[in-house]
Amino acid sequence: MEIAEGVRLVTFGILSVMMLGAALGVVLFANIVYSAFLLGGVFISMAGIYILLNADFVSAAQILVYVGAVNVLILFAIMLVNKREDFKPMKNAWIRQGSTAVVCAGLFALLSSVSIVTPWKISTTMPLTSTVVPIAKHFFTDFLLPFELASVLLLMSMIGAIVLARRDFMPDSAIVGTSTQDSLTLPERPRELVGIEK
Amino acid sequence: MLQLPYFLILAAALFCIGIYGLVISRNAVRVLMSIELMLNAVNLNLMGFSNYIDPVEIKGQVFTIFVIAIAAAEAAVGLAIVLSIYRNRDTVDMEQFNLLKW
Repeated sequence: MEIAEGVRLVTFGILSVMMLGAALGVVLFANIVYSAFLLGGVFISMAGIYILLNADFVSAAQILVYVGAVNVLILFAIMLVNKREDFKPMKNAWIRQGSTAVVCAGLFALLSSVSIVTPWKISTTMPLTSTVVPIAKHFFTDFLLPFELASVLLLMSMIGAIVLARRDFMPDSAIVGTSTQDSLTLPERPRELVGIEK
Repeated sequence: MLQLPYFLILAAALFCIGIYGLVISRNAVRVLMSIELMLNAVNLNLMGFSNYIDPVEIKGQVFTIFVIAIAAAEAAVGLAIVLSIYRNRDTVDMEQFNLLKW
């Protein structure tokens, strides 16, 4: 990549500040809609960092899949479970938060010290300018089986999500009166058939 | 000069924020968002190693794409489970999902 080192360093600084700030916002904001939009900010700045790492294809895939699919899915889930509820405050909540913060800070110190101390075997060859063709070669030669299994897994998860989210249970009070229900069927709300004229 | 430990430290920070959010958040959807943060941190690690240690055979990027696919599937199934729990219990508070607690 023909970008000067200073520009790369400044870009990395801006992107990392954006990413960490947005991630803290995701965790700490009280309103979950703000959290969902800041999660999109995390994903976009992650795509920018991928471009700094000479990975054009993965950066585009990150934007397409994460911002375009996962973030929209999360927003839809927030809409579907849209219930303003004030959580009952737990007693001794500060013990959990404090101990979690201490553990996370310790883990961060451990990981960063390991990554600084370890003598990485940095390769000196120039990175590739375009990564699409090598990735495609990997997919269709030595990673062919995982690639196909991923498609099967996506199909399985799609069907599983439909089956899990489809059922529409009635409240218990409404079920009691209906004795004609077959014992094997799940109690579902009777549906209006759309598009059938009587 | 941009070096490998910068990216690793950034990924470590993002992972720790994800763990913190996973433990302390009480909304079930926010727990799923924290899991996405952790998966992104792992992806950043893989991409950093792929660029600095293995820049010719970019296998780290291939693994990153697999992780992205798995994360998309996980998000779909996880949100469907949250929706189903919400219909059964009428709440998204993690503290009230205590049916299996002893």
